[in-house]
Amino acid sequence: MPDANFDWKLLTPEYILVAWAGLLIMLDLFWPAGGFGRWGRLDKELLGYIAAAGALISVLVSLIWVDNDTNFAGLIDINDYTTLFRVFFGLIGVFACLASARYVKERLLHAGEYYAFILLAVVGANGMAAASELLTAYISLELLSFSLYVLTAYAKFDLRSNEGGLKYMLLGAFSSALLLYGIGMIYGTTGSTHYSEIGKALSTDTGGIDEALFLGLALIMAGLGFKVAAVPFHMWTPDAYEGAPLPVTALISAISKSGGFALFLKLFAEAFEPKIDDWRYFIAGLSVATMVLGNLVAIQQSNIKRLLAYSSIGQVGYLLMGIAALSPESGSALVLHMMGYVVTNLAAFVCVIIYYNWTGKEEIKDFAGLRDTAPFLALSLSIALFSLAGMPLFAGFATKFILFQAAADQDLLWLAGVAVTMSFVSLYYYLVIIKEMFLGKAEAPLSVRVPWVEYGALALLVAGVLFIGLYPAPLLDWVDGSTADVFAGVGRAAVAGQ
Amino acid sequence: MGGVLFALVTVPLCTAVLIMLVPSRYPQLVRYVALVSAGIQFALSLIVFFAYEFQGGRGLRFGFRLDWLENVGFLGKNGISLHLAVDGIAAPLVLLTGLVIFAAVFVSWNISYRNKDFFVLLFLLVAGVFGVFESQDLFFLFFWYEVAVLPMYLLIAVWGASSNFGTFVRTKEYGAMKLVLYLVAGSVLIFIGIFATFVEADRGTFDLPVLGQVQYDSGFQKAVFPFYMIGFGVLAGMWPFHTWSPDGHVAAPTGVSMLHAGVLMKLGAFGILRVGMTLLPEGAEFWAPVLMTLGVIGALYGAISALAQTDLKYMVGYSSVSHMGFVLMGLATMNDIGVSGAVLQMFAHGAMTALMFANVGALYDQAHTRDMTTFGGIAKKMPRHSAFWAIAGLSSLGLPGLAGFIAEFHIFVGTFRAGYYWAGAAGILAAAITATYILRMLARAYFGPLNEKWESLREMRLGEQFAGALLIAFLLFMGLWPTPFIDRISDTVANIPGITS
Repeated sequence: MPDANFDWKLLTPEYILVAWAGLLIMLDLFWPAGGFGRWGRLDKELLGYIAAAGALISVLVSLIWVDNDTNFAGLIDINDYTTLFRVFFGLIGVFACLASARYVKERLLHAGEYYAFILLAVVGANGMAAASELLTAYISLELLSFSLYVLTAYAKFDLRSNEGGLKYMLLGAFSSALLLYGIGMIYGTTGSTHYSEIGKALSTDTGGIDEALFLGLALIMAGLGFKVAAVPFHMWTPDAYEGAPLPVTALISAISKSGGFALFLKLFAEAFEPKIDDWRYFIAGLSVATMVLGNLVAIQQSNIKRLLAYSSIGQVGYLLMGIAALSPESGSALVLHMMGYVVTNLAAFVCVIIYYNWTGKEEIKDFAGLRDTAPFLALSLSIALFSLAGMPLFAGFATKFILFQAAADQDLLWLAGVAVTMSFVSLYYYLVIIKEMFLGKAEAPLSVRVPWVEYGALALLVAGVLFIGLYPAPLLDWVDGSTADVFAGVGRAAVAGQ
Repeated sequence: MGGVLFALVTVPLCTAVLIMLVPSRYPQLVRYVALVSAGIQFALSLIVFFAYEFQGGRGLRFGFRLDWLENVGFLGKNGISLHLAVDGIAAPLVLLTGLVIFAAVFVSWNISYRNKDFFVLLFLLVAGVFGVFESQDLFFLFFWYEVAVLPMYLLIAVWGASSNFGTFVRTKEYGAMKLVLYLVAGSVLIFIGIFATFVEADRGTFDLPVLGQVQYDSGFQKAVFPFYMIGFGVLAGMWPFHTWSPDGHVAAPTGVSMLHAGVLMKLGAFGILRVGMTLLPEGAEFWAPVLMTLGVIGALYGAISALAQTDLKYMVGYSSVSHMGFVLMGLATMNDIGVSGAVLQMFAHGAMTALMFANVGALYDQAHTRDMTTFGGIAKKMPRHSAFWAIAGLSSLGLPGLAGFIAEFHIFVGTFRAGYYWAGAAGILAAAITATYILRMLARAYFGPLNEKWESLREMRLGEQFAGALLIAFLLFMGLWPTPFIDRISDTVANIPGITS
């Protein structure tokens, strides 16, 4: 048991985010409607940019705060892995705030709280990546989830939003109960909630698998499965995606999945790795079910949010391969694909958000003729969709290839085969959207000015998609070095096993 | 010299970006940029072909390497690198690609609907094709393969044409989707093959020369070769996975049909040779009878189907299936004459079928129908066009002095030498059927008394004539003086493992 010293400065980026969230609420609440004399009115759009600046500051601070330290009563690790994800989640927060600015101003109430919740979601996700103890992980997970529940139901007068939020919250609460019960079981059998202690206990346990341990593992997998939307625990996803305000959908698709996988990877690599033979086929089964169902059901969707919801379920199936093939190689491949997926998906969502801000439409057939009305948008959305389908020049091809090869390297060639097949299926429904954009005829010519911030954010994301697709070496090197931290114990366990 | 190969993939990509930046109110500028770029690519491909030194035994020429990922994760030294090089098989195919894209730009000159988008996608396609022929890295070979697939849906669906057969309609969207899904389905199998090969080789690299030195387990070779054979075979129009080819080629606009049938189908046969047979010679030997059978069926089936068509473009489409059947037969012989013949046939068929599609397109632009039964005697109105058709057709049926003869002759000699007498006989029968449908088409549509309905037809545009003449020049070159081709090809083929002399 590590000594109970608390090195409070380790959480500086999180303090900044929390303080910023409070600041945003206060600004929104106390800034007089008429402004103070020469300090004019506080534009709601401006709040979004202030929130984005806060997230960006936390990113920069977490970069200078690289401090390999676990001196927080062993509850969290601050190492390269944490830094990687702090940067990543912070940037997701930045783009979510930028993409929200106009949408929130025009369509939602209570802008201050809205942005505060986005920042709190980032805090939760950071905690999930940093946690090295089950209860800390659980609390961080709940912080992320609660922020997202509220955000999903944020369009107060929209029934779909309320329905989506309620469904998300009820199923989420249920899954949290499963997770907690699983944590209890694990604590009962191994005597600790610290990842490293669990790992030690399991690696010295050479007998057959204990029923309570197995039940605990299954419950944890189910609970985390809910959070990352793995089949058969995915039911909330389409409704929450469809009901939530569009920028929130983008945020859920990005941060709840990547936060979930940051936790998933670290927990399984540090704690459950010694029992890999007992759980890997369970995860592989989840992975197959997830990618098959997600991609097949996506084919028949007519609403672009639902389509992206099912396509993201399919992507979760690919990501689970990285857990099933648990090894340092597959871990870095998993994180790389997750980053590629998140950047691509955010690009797709920003396109949809911009279009929705113009027209208020979100059916696939509404995108007809986008090539003529908004060429840049059509180009960006096509790039994003091709990348999701795993076509080259774009992020999807390189990251999927590396992930699938990493799985094949761990005797999971059959799983890689299923994944490639499903990736082929996915090309069909992405092509359907592309067909609408390039072949359809627009009902009426549109010409609405788009703020440069939105196009700028989109251009950055598209540049990211191209960069990861054409030259992933710097990112993969960074990811590989960082995930090595969570696999540091694996080597030791293997040596101890010999 | 490695820079030449790198330039061949970067020039089309940069052209695509450059054209994207040209404001769409200058369509003429777009055309000139495309023309200059295609001219550069043609010139570079000529350099690659003629500067290739075939003497000195095996080996790759113009090597070029750009590290992409190495020493990270499961990748070791040179894990994935943009390793470009050509051997005697790739050099003629690079030349073919340069030739066909140059011709295709002339043929596509008059496209006015979103011509900017058209050329962007066309050059993306060409970059992919050059990349596949030049890649010496399994990852990048596949990367470029998918780059070539990427723009196809839009190229066909936006600029293509639907075919109405009275009782049913084959829409361009149908043709486009079918083509893309077939090709990507084929690539699923190739993907699995690549994963398996990488794991089995266990060298931590996708570099083809390194993977080629590995002695793979015989059972593994037999198990994995079909993945490559069928996966690449889909693209090569292998029966029974050929059905995308006539539908897709007919739906595509002329310039794209030229590239698809002329170059893209060759990627498939090239892949079987470069990846399947080179890495897994024992697997290839084991499956050769199957490949031979499918090739023969394709050759006969394509020829008979072409005989049944009244639509000119469908006839050309099925003739491609038939000729690609010859290529697969050549590969399946596993001896140097047959395999050299297969590569020769790839070049000959590429130039010839590009010429045929250019001709069909030129006629369709004026007549707005491709039904050969409605024409008659139009040679009087379009003498040069008819001459082009005749030359392409005669090359197709294997007239000595034209490229098709050299290629088919090698293939049939190789087939007999490998002991497949029945296959050789069936192949010659297919060539005879080819003569039937080509001559029948010429007689029906081009010669005989002029049908008055077509009084208004005029000779094809100068650009089209130039493109046609260029393709014919190469058909004659290979037909009359095949030595430069045979030298380059047979020198390399003889060094492929598992190929008997």
